[in-house]
Amino acid sequence: MTQQFYVSPEQMMKDRADFARKGIARGRSVVVISCAEGIALVAENPSPSLHKIGEIYDKIAFAAVGKYNEFESLRQAGVRYADVRGYSYDREDVTARGLASVYAQSLGAVFTAEQKPFEVELAVAEVGRHPDEDHLYRLTFDGSIADVSGFVAMGGQAETVQEALARGWKAESGFAEAIRLAVRSLAADRQAEADPGPENLEVALLDRDSESSRGAIRAFRRLPKANVRDLLTAQEAG
Amino acid sequence: MTQKSTVSQIADTATSSFSEHLSRIQPDLLPYGRALPAGNLPPVPHATTIVAMAFAGGVLMAGDRRATMGTMIASRHIEKVFPADAYSVLGIAGTAGIAIDITRLFQVELEHYEKIEGTLLSLDGKANRLGAMIRANLPLALQGMAVIPLFAGFDMPKAVGRLFSYDVTGGRYEELEHHSVGSGAVFARGALKKLWRPNMSEEETVRVAIESLYDAADDDSATGGPDAVRQLWPIVYTVTRGGARKVSERELAAVSESVLARRASLEREA
Repeated sequence: MTQQFYVSPEQMMKDRADFARKGIARGRSVVVISCAEGIALVAENPSPSLHKIGEIYDKIAFAAVGKYNEFESLRQAGVRYADVRGYSYDREDVTARGLASVYAQSLGAVFTAEQKPFEVELAVAEVGRHPDEDHLYRLTFDGSIADVSGFVAMGGQAETVQEALARGWKAESGFAEAIRLAVRSLAADRQAEADPGPENLEVALLDRDSESSRGAIRAFRRLPKANVRDLLTAQEAG
Repeated sequence: MTQKSTVSQIADTATSSFSEHLSRIQPDLLPYGRALPAGNLPPVPHATTIVAMAFAGGVLMAGDRRATMGTMIASRHIEKVFPADAYSVLGIAGTAGIAIDITRLFQVELEHYEKIEGTLLSLDGKANRLGAMIRANLPLALQGMAVIPLFAGFDMPKAVGRLFSYDVTGGRYEELEHHSVGSGAVFARGALKKLWRPNMSEEETVRVAIESLYDAADDDSATGGPDAVRQLWPIVYTVTRGGARKVSERELAAVSESVLARRASLEREA
């Protein structure tokens, strides 16, 4: 029988946090950005089927960085939570705040109680009728939750990306401008390489007025690669 | 040993079905699956006639607006045809309270699958899920609370609109051309047999649907006809390659009024 060494709680938490941060830093970043037409979610993701961005409910979307299996199980749990809530109460009773606090509790419990913490970082976005009614929550591996306004970047080089976003962000811009800013910011942490091409981008939108423009209560839609390419080439031409 | 049980545990919880998930965590929220004590059911609202038919490029489903409770009219405004998802619709006949809850459950079921899996369920898959829900309702059906749906949708790979009828045991039958369910179904079916033709246009089928519901309302007291006084028209949905569409009030008012005017001008007694 081996003797367990004493590890102070501070040290243990620090080790766990370092471990989770290292895992998250390996992946490429994700940007969630609010604008006049709604909320745009942009991720660097070469896979067309293993998504980093997902629909949770009518007005709520999810974006994540880190280990796929871990954030995918959190995404599915979020969809289950939202659908059960919407079915037992009403569709409008499902809010990003409720979902984010459930995520925070699960992440916090896993961080302290499990063998290893989740190596993920999440964003929960809810589009409102007006830009000032948008909600953006950022959740980290230890269950910390932050209510952010305007935009959020997550992932390995989050700070560099966040700074680039802060320089260019305008509340009144449209989707096209917001997506271009997001793509530029995602490339901000690279020295030599150019912007990530459309084939490496996953882009989804939460339409602010999906009811009037598409007749759909579900605001979430994925932007096909061809549309992303058009948006990015329009920028080069202009 | 422990590892194996973890794997099977994960596989067990990984369901894409909302109703399966709900039956595990909160079975009391399901519309069915309740053991009822013996006793007599007081009168409850019943939903009546639904018609559905194919046309060139899609399917149409229409329902009247009446719910009855014994010999009383429980509602003049009830809606009995609903979009199930973007490419399918369902209509319900039978005990209204349970039918509306099954509809809601079915809608969430399809949306839930779409969100978890990232792809739409096939049309046959949707029809089978609905059949399973109707089968789960069999114990209540035996106590007089049957729900009989009619399901229609556009099958993308086959590029055709398809129709499915059900029996109380959840049996699923694909219908060709047209079908009707509910108390006025026999009269509507007679009308459909005479009026329906292959490859009709969408506008023609809307008219045929209104005509057949008029005939059902004419002879079945539980089916409501077009109500020009209250401006209440049947609920009509069409499903084509472009998705499910609710036919607008204005279109229905025009068609219903022309059907009423034509029938009045014929001056028939029976």
